[in-house]
Amino acid sequence: MFQYIMRRLGYMLVTIVIVAILGYIIIELPPGSYVDAEVARLRAMGGNMAPEQIEALYQRFGLDKPPYQRFLKWSIGLSIDNGAVSFSGGFIRGDFGKSFQYNMEVNKLIWDRLGLTLLFSMLSLVFSWVLAIGAGVYSATHRNSIPDYFITVLQFIGLSMPSFLLALLLMVFAQDVLKQEVGGLFSSNYINAPWSFAKFMDLIGHMWIPIIVIGASGTAWLSRVMRANLLDVMNMQYVQTARAKGLTENVVTWKHAFRNAIHPLIMVLGGSLPGLISGETLVALVLNLPTTGPLYINALLQKDMYLAGAFLIFLAVALLIGNLGADILLAWVDPRIRYE
Amino acid sequence: MAQAVTPVPQGSAAEEQIKDVGALSQWTLIRMRFMRNRLAMVGTIGLIIMYILVFLGDFIGPNEFSHQNDNYVFGGPSQFTLTGSDGKFGLYVYGTTTVLDEDSFKFVVSVDKSVTIPVKFFVKGDPIKVLGFINTDMHLFGTGDPEQRIYLMGADSIGRDEFTRTLVGGQISMTVGLIGVLMSIILGSILGTASGYFMGLADDVIQRTIEVISSFPTIPLWAALAAALPPVSEDFTALDRYFLITVVLSFVSWTGLARQLRAKVMAYRSADFCQAAIAAGGTDARIIFVHMLPNASSHIIVTSALAIPGMILGETSLSFLGLGILPPLVSWGSLLRESQQVSVIIQHPWILIPGLAVVITVLFFSFLGDGIRDAVDPYSI
Repeated sequence: MFQYIMRRLGYMLVTIVIVAILGYIIIELPPGSYVDAEVARLRAMGGNMAPEQIEALYQRFGLDKPPYQRFLKWSIGLSIDNGAVSFSGGFIRGDFGKSFQYNMEVNKLIWDRLGLTLLFSMLSLVFSWVLAIGAGVYSATHRNSIPDYFITVLQFIGLSMPSFLLALLLMVFAQDVLKQEVGGLFSSNYINAPWSFAKFMDLIGHMWIPIIVIGASGTAWLSRVMRANLLDVMNMQYVQTARAKGLTENVVTWKHAFRNAIHPLIMVLGGSLPGLISGETLVALVLNLPTTGPLYINALLQKDMYLAGAFLIFLAVALLIGNLGADILLAWVDPRIRYE
Repeated sequence: MAQAVTPVPQGSAAEEQIKDVGALSQWTLIRMRFMRNRLAMVGTIGLIIMYILVFLGDFIGPNEFSHQNDNYVFGGPSQFTLTGSDGKFGLYVYGTTTVLDEDSFKFVVSVDKSVTIPVKFFVKGDPIKVLGFINTDMHLFGTGDPEQRIYLMGADSIGRDEFTRTLVGGQISMTVGLIGVLMSIILGSILGTASGYFMGLADDVIQRTIEVISSFPTIPLWAALAAALPPVSEDFTALDRYFLITVVLSFVSWTGLARQLRAKVMAYRSADFCQAAIAAGGTDARIIFVHMLPNASSHIIVTSALAIPGMILGETSLSFLGLGILPPLVSWGSLLRESQQVSVIIQHPWILIPGLAVVITVLFFSFLGDGIRDAVDPYSI
């Protein structure tokens, strides 16, 4: 087991390196360099720049160097000047470059938001698992009943609705029917207030919409998988044996069948994380949440590529860690898995 | 997952007519199974109708899709009546006027029930281009009066006809998935087959690439790639951008197909018929194209049919963010940009109609995809 985890960690490191390279390519993709953008921005503000100034900017960002050297500088802070090698800053030391838009270091901007994104994703994951398992087991044990059809219809709708549309509809519902203020994390009168029980309740009141919306498509999909798996297992002979022994239907379902039907779900756990983070990006934008989504999309629209690149790489790394966790969990739950 | 679909009735008439089922080809059997699946047929017929509607959208809509009407800003759906003000029977639409709302100091559209305008069919209206090449000013229906227009589903923030825009937007939204899937089939088939067939270094490189691409969250990655596209200008038209957006969408989704094809090809490699072909001295190309791909073709179709909904949702999301389709083209996602604020939706709920179109289309494509999967492989879960 230990060896298996170590090997997986090794693979993950290799993948992270490639992810960083790809992330850097994306940073450099937009036509025109970031210095050109910066120069254009300064000119738009009325200042005129001397050619020497522009040249200095080019040198400072190392744009006169070949791409691989720029990548090394950006990633591990290795710079080569006329054969002299020096280290300073770089992605791995927490220096992610500078956001042009906010004119500040990227790492000052992202940590709070990244934390909130992960919090929302985790809560949605828990929500969608609890709901999906409940709905899946119910519709499998009450096959072809009216609630089963109802759940099936809901699943189809959940799968075919863009997450931002569901967010908009729920917001309309909350504002028009529940008369609740929506959007953001706090109501306006609590934003600057010190922490209190009332503020906490206000936070909970604002969190349910994002959690439902982010989890929705995952729930729909997971509950379909759960239903199909459980139906499969319920047809097996050992389940029949359990019934023949005189066990109650509840014990048969939960203790015998359910345990064998949950494995495929854990297997797709890692695969469902990208969907959660993708959904979060859009939903946060619609709901005006202070998470990575709005900042990221805004950075892309403004071609603020250091900021966008840092987010993209962090989200990818978070996913890789999540996948590793899911695989370890699966290996732990299912003794039949071999650590090849 | 087949259980989620309505159970297939056993022994239909078509099967009973043909005594010798063994004489039917694989494709005939698949088609018969597909035709028996009611949801799949609903999806197929629904999609055919929708494609006809959106491609004739310029003609079916009573107004030109980008026509702005200053007197109909956020005007609601037109109201119809069966009796005209002169007491005659027929289909009439009530006239509208713009009045200043004393409370909000905004101009609002109000229905004037004393004025009725007859609705005419095949009537002259704004000049349009149907299917991109037929220049005409004929519309399926309208009033014929440019001052009093019909707005079946209301108008948006600058008085453009939401109904026509939804139909025309469908031309983009309903094709982006098809073209994107076509591209990911090409990419996924080549790389997936190469990976499974040649193994070794090629396999390692392709598998690591797939792993890296799928370790990015989809929408953020799509957004980053779309942001890298140049802005719309003289040399780079909105249509060029549309094609590059489909490339961006397929850049992520080929990985799933490639993975599955690799597994299939590896299984075929050790099968007798491939071993025989190798022993008989068949070239790599012949083995791949004659022996392997035809076997995997049903699988490719299933995977790509199931990938279309995700692409349509992807385009909608990107355009909603302002990173996808840009004006002058419209898509359902870019139409939904109007509805970013809850207060606007509550006052003018008809601007959400493109969203309904997305849901229906994706639903039909899911029915179709599930139906194809069940027909091709009835024993899958």
